[in-house]
Amino acid sequence: MSFVLDLWTVIAVAAGAIFFLAGTTGLLRFPDAFTRLHALTKADNLGLGLVVLGLLPQVDSVSAGLKLLCIWALVLLSGATASQLVARALLRRDTHP
Amino acid sequence: MTDFLLAAAIFLLAMVALGLVRILRGPGDADRMMAAQLLGTGGIASLLLAGTATGEAATIDVALTLALLAAFASFAFVKAQSAPTLDDSVQEDER
Repeated sequence: MSFVLDLWTVIAVAAGAIFFLAGTTGLLRFPDAFTRLHALTKADNLGLGLVVLGLLPQVDSVSAGLKLLCIWALVLLSGATASQLVARALLRRDTHP
Repeated sequence: MTDFLLAAAIFLLAMVALGLVRILRGPGDADRMMAAQLLGTGGIASLLLAGTATGEAATIDVALTLALLAAFASFAFVKAQSAPTLDDSVQEDER
């Protein structure tokens, strides 16, 4: 059982790291600000989410696991709100320079 | 498992550091802010990995604080960016 949980941790954390790699690559390589925003939100939501899901079997108590999930939820909410606001600010700048 | 988690934390920090090149290149303020946002999320993920690997419970609280601060940083940036147009009553209907 412990082996399966460790395997899950390795797979999920590695997948999260790949999403961070993709986010960084997108942030550096994509042509304009909107596509970069798209790459960034993938790293924010899925990368951190997979890392948190992978860490869940490794924590000692239920409350520590809930705290990890709370951090993920906070980043999800703030990331979604911030990307909407940034995109709207960019749009407004483009239409009213 | 501890070694793997620490290695993953170092890898994430390296990725975030690479993303900071976007702050140098710009071109807009929003692009720079996105790199800073990636720094926030990558920092949270590395703190969680390192905290779980070492069993240091306080590191998780640091990550929680960083998540809150990163959120406020983004909102403050958008607020500063859009302040002139928000005061402009001509564009009031857009909101």
